[in-house]
Amino acid sequence: MNLVPESPPLLRAEHLSKSFPGTKALDDVGFALRASEVHALLGENGAGKSTLIKCLTGAYRRDAGDILLDGRSIDPKDTLHAQRLGIGTVYQEVNLLPNLTVAENLFLGHQPMRFGLISPRRMNADAEALLAQYGLAIDPARQLDSYSVAVQQVVAIARAVSLSGKVLILDEPTASLDQHEVQMLFGVIRGLKARGLGIIFISHFLDQVFAISDRITVLRNGRLVGTEPTANIDRLKLINMMLGRELAEETRKTGRVAPARTDTAKFRFEGMGKRGRIAPFDLDVHAGEVVGMAGLLGSGRTETAELLFGVSGHDGGEARKDGRPVRLASPRDAVAAGFGFLPEDRKSHGIISELSVRENIVLALQARLGWMKRISSRRQMAMADDFIRRLDIRTSDAEKPVGQLSGGNQQKVMLARWLATNPEFLILDEPTRGIDVGAHAEIIRLIEELCAGGMSLLVISSELDELVVYSNRVVVVRDRTHVAELVGENVTAERMVQAIAAPEKASAYAASSETVS
Amino acid sequence: MNARLFPLAATIAIFLVAYAICYAQFPAMLSTRVVGNLLTDNAFLGIAAVGMTFVILSGGIDLSIGSVIAFSGVFIAVLLRDTGLDPLPVFVMLLVITTLFGAAMGAVIYFLEMPPFIVTLAGMFLARGMAYVLSIDSVPIAHETYDALQSLYWLMPGKGRLTFIGGLMLVVFLAGILVAHRTRFGTNVYALGGGVQTARLMGVPVARTTILIYALSGFLAGLSGIVFSLYTSAGYSLATVGVELDAIAAVVIGGTLLTGGSGFVAGTFFGVLIMGLIQTYVIFDGTLSSWWTKIAIGLLLLAFIVLQKGLVVLTERRQSAARTG
Repeated sequence: MNLVPESPPLLRAEHLSKSFPGTKALDDVGFALRASEVHALLGENGAGKSTLIKCLTGAYRRDAGDILLDGRSIDPKDTLHAQRLGIGTVYQEVNLLPNLTVAENLFLGHQPMRFGLISPRRMNADAEALLAQYGLAIDPARQLDSYSVAVQQVVAIARAVSLSGKVLILDEPTASLDQHEVQMLFGVIRGLKARGLGIIFISHFLDQVFAISDRITVLRNGRLVGTEPTANIDRLKLINMMLGRELAEETRKTGRVAPARTDTAKFRFEGMGKRGRIAPFDLDVHAGEVVGMAGLLGSGRTETAELLFGVSGHDGGEARKDGRPVRLASPRDAVAAGFGFLPEDRKSHGIISELSVRENIVLALQARLGWMKRISSRRQMAMADDFIRRLDIRTSDAEKPVGQLSGGNQQKVMLARWLATNPEFLILDEPTRGIDVGAHAEIIRLIEELCAGGMSLLVISSELDELVVYSNRVVVVRDRTHVAELVGENVTAERMVQAIAAPEKASAYAASSETVS
Repeated sequence: MNARLFPLAATIAIFLVAYAICYAQFPAMLSTRVVGNLLTDNAFLGIAAVGMTFVILSGGIDLSIGSVIAFSGVFIAVLLRDTGLDPLPVFVMLLVITTLFGAAMGAVIYFLEMPPFIVTLAGMFLARGMAYVLSIDSVPIAHETYDALQSLYWLMPGKGRLTFIGGLMLVVFLAGILVAHRTRFGTNVYALGGGVQTARLMGVPVARTTILIYALSGFLAGLSGIVFSLYTSAGYSLATVGVELDAIAAVVIGGTLLTGGSGFVAGTFFGVLIMGLIQTYVIFDGTLSSWWTKIAIGLLLLAFIVLQKGLVVLTERRQSAARTG
């Protein structure tokens, strides 16, 4: 705004691409960061934010494209190299050593020496002076973990800036901070901006993005959607950019308009909620129905799924199946009630990559039967072969470790695992994330098939158009509250974006510390 | 008080209380003679325990030191018997060998990403086996340098003798404290104990530090072997079985967290003294079986593990309180 338009950017990425087996994580992305600028980087999970950051900081090597710092092409080999070049990063989980003192953390590797030995007195004095620049008056001789996360965060920023000094990348820095601490952190960020640093700010809290950033860049499915000055953009436009319509042509159809069901629902959840995670909600799911769930990252989508599957337990309310109450205090209860849950992060919750395709498929069924009733190996083979054929899992054979399959095929193995137990209610959290376009269409086809077979499904997705394709109804979640339910003609991407974009209210659930789903 | 200092304070307090109890029963125990003997008798253990402290602070373990001490004794005794070499060049050769041995274990641990437990277990068998190869029998050491070093002492007030080996242990402890807290290597050791991945991201040279830690432990085990040979005037391949476990016990009783990252070299000093004190008490009593030493050490270890767990729980609770508060 007050910058001369042709002032050269501090950091520029051009035509950046990065692929992983089965996915294109970054596809010809351009990005420019100016000095004295807070530049927000937005996008849902899997949009390519973290891949872009990792390419900039040397954690990944780019496949193609160019990175320029101060007009010179750079090729950071690792994060330490990037730091020496001038690019520092601070993550949500503070990457410092909790067992060392604050001063030791600040100066690790660069301790002030005197007569060949570390001088603790000078180190502590230097640390105090350094932290004073950030408005922090703490005793640097104390252990780091005796201070709050917010203080640790500022210490991490101080270390990153003192070692790099040109570009500071903040990856979800506010995720575990309260309102007051966020303001403190923003003060620090504004101070660094005034000193001429370029700051990349990643957050899924949109109000914070609007409060602190000068420009916003949105990524989606590994591609650049656009870069806009924050002043020229409003919530509705931003959410449209993040969730907007870009679904591949082959899966793009008009939504089917399902008649409103008048019969009693097979699954009824009344007043279910968990303090600090999700506000109490009511939800009905009929047999053979797909209920979609839309909302931004951290809005309470995954929390809803975990609550229904008994992962987190619930404070109040009750669940009924065919009119009879069921207990949902643990995933065991949920499985016993005929529920299945395909979590969002298949790597850390679910897939056991060392086990074979067959073993992964049999796992849930075996757990349901109890370990005493072993499934014969012949039946295991038959089951595995059956699912490999039915779901078109691309694998050389059933004994291949699942870790060697592509993302889409891993997802199908997970799905097969639940289908083997014949669930009546299946919860899918982002089933199409991180898989290629072809597999994407197959998963959608499968959802429709299962539903036609009489199964009830709850599908969470950031792909609004995808939800339109297969959902009978769509529940919209915002600030950890179910805010809207769209039925029939109203199941459109536009209506979902409107419901998501309504201004954030300071709800009791949003104020508490949140974890990124 | 800083929570980090609490285990150290507890160790010192236990030592003082234990000493007071001993004094109440046997007033003769409060003399520099007993103190002098305490230092002399535990010199080899103390020196090895300093190395073990660094290893445990970094989150590792070194099971080889008992065998390395025995190997050192046999190596010295055989070389002095069979060659005409003076002890000093033999000492230098030995220290080079044990240091390289430790460095090699560190390199295997780092580069092959093997758990220290297995690698140093292999080292333990290897060193013990090498000792057997050199000699199965106990080899006596008779050399004027040995006589000179053994009769070297400083007469403390009260007629207690601070022997050469007791003094050497004190010097090693002082050097250990300096290295742990006033050098970059020392900070790096704590950093590894705090989290290898984070330490690497913060620029700690993980490979070099890991190798140096085990090299240091090997060097001190060799030095401990020299001290043990001075103490016993012999080299025997069956000696010092299980000393690595005594050293680990001394480190833990000294307040160092077995998971690494927290503790003090000075704590290990008091850990060694507490173990020595129990032994001395058993000897003074005269009626007790010496196995009571082991029982008392076992109970103390248990108490310290519980104390450490309690502290960890307390810290976590305080942190979660700080987060929600």
